Amino acid sequence: MDAQEIVDSLLAGDRRALARAITHVEADTMIGREILRQVYPRTGRAQTIGITGSAGTGKSTLVGAVAREERVRGRTVGIVAVDPSSPFSHGAILGDRIRMQELTSDPGVFLRSMASRGNLGGLSETATGVVDLMDVFGHDVVLIETVGAGQDEVEVATTAQTTVLVTNPAAGDEVQSMKAGLMEIAQIMVVNKADLAGADTAVAQLRALLAIANHDAWKPPVLSTVARANEGVAELVDSIDDHQEHTRSDTHGAQERERHVRGQIVALVRAGLHREVFEIDKVNSLLDELVLEVAARNQDPRSAAGELLEALPKLWATPEEM
Amino acid sequence: MNDPNTTSGSVAEGRPIRVLIAKPGLDGHDRGAKVVARALRDAGMEVVYTGIRQTPEMIAEAALQEDVQVVGLSILSGAHLGLFPRIVEELTQRKIDDVLLFAGGIIPAEDVSQVEALGFKGVFGPGTDTRDVIEFVRENAPRRV
Repeated sequence: MDAQEIVDSLLAGDRRALARAITHVEADTMIGREILRQVYPRTGRAQTIGITGSAGTGKSTLVGAVAREERVRGRTVGIVAVDPSSPFSHGAILGDRIRMQELTSDPGVFLRSMASRGNLGGLSETATGVVDLMDVFGHDVVLIETVGAGQDEVEVATTAQTTVLVTNPAAGDEVQSMKAGLMEIAQIMVVNKADLAGADTAVAQLRALLAIANHDAWKPPVLSTVARANEGVAELVDSIDDHQEHTRSDTHGAQERERHVRGQIVALVRAGLHREVFEIDKVNSLLDELVLEVAARNQDPRSAAGELLEALPKLWATPEEM
Repeated sequence: MNDPNTTSGSVAEGRPIRVLIAKPGLDGHDRGAKVVARALRDAGMEVVYTGIRQTPEMIAEAALQEDVQVVGLSILSGAHLGLFPRIVEELTQRKIDDVLLFAGGIIPAEDVSQVEALGFKGVFGPGTDTRDVIEFVRENAPRRV
């Protein structure tokens, strides 16, 4: 199937065309790029929601619970579940379907597992595209679940209009360490597994942190859930709806959309630059030379990077030797 | 200079083979399925693992949504001749005609030809070397993009 056939079938509601389109976008093929170009003007209808947090906080279970609640409210749901690729074999086990069993036979739910495929910040590049496809297919809600382990995953979360950060009770140190990073990108905080001891303290700590942080019109709420028992999930979905309404309001909508789109473009440019620069053989040869110099402590890493950046325009302009 | 309009680089590394490993039916013993899933992962593949007690419909839906190239089914309950045709039927209903099917678990020798007749290209019994499964998948997985 070429791009046009896939787009036509996708817009006609063919689930298989959606699946194939995602495959093309994930592999960054010419067909994938053409599909995204064609469908982009139709995006923006779905609520896009990123759910991130450390491993073991219960993200998959929470995503499942949120999806069920959205279904109860009569909305169709697309889910993009990202699991890490092995840095050694580049393979991955994608196990999110295990925790979302009863959703997998619901025709109102489409679940796609993605491996992070490691390097180059390309994950946010592809995830943004996959979310766009789920959106134009007609899903009312698109949930993106990521391992909140690194910068790349944080970026993925920001591909969504609303980012939910999941943490647990007794993660006091973790809450401290979040101050600088993830706290700033989340619009909603959730203390999951709130039936464990220390939940109230965790909620209070997060609220205290947020109170001293500088915020714009939206004040991130701190909620507690027990996803396994479906407690607090309806409140979370209410809160997501509130934020979505905020991003679509006359007063803040334009600003929110611009913030969101700016983040997307910057992430794509960063990934594209990284890829293009390190595709140039001469860049890699210079890098190899610099590595030796720095490893021998004849040069410091900062100067080496500076030298490479300075040489870049020339290396970029010179045709590659075949 | 690299032409930004080509897909070289981004695709050059090749897309990992995507495999669905599923356990149809009611037996709850998934050690074999997990061993195969891990072996395929360690061979650089992306393995969607569904867990136990999958209905034919769930398996076909997973194959569709995940757009896998390969579906591997593990079954120990003896219900393969009941379940496999229903899975193939669910796949056909969804017009999924381009996946590599293989099976593992307890499938008696006298049933193998029936299983193969359903479209299964490989049947792996107990004691199979995982390297044989990896090689089989690498050689037979259809290309996607």
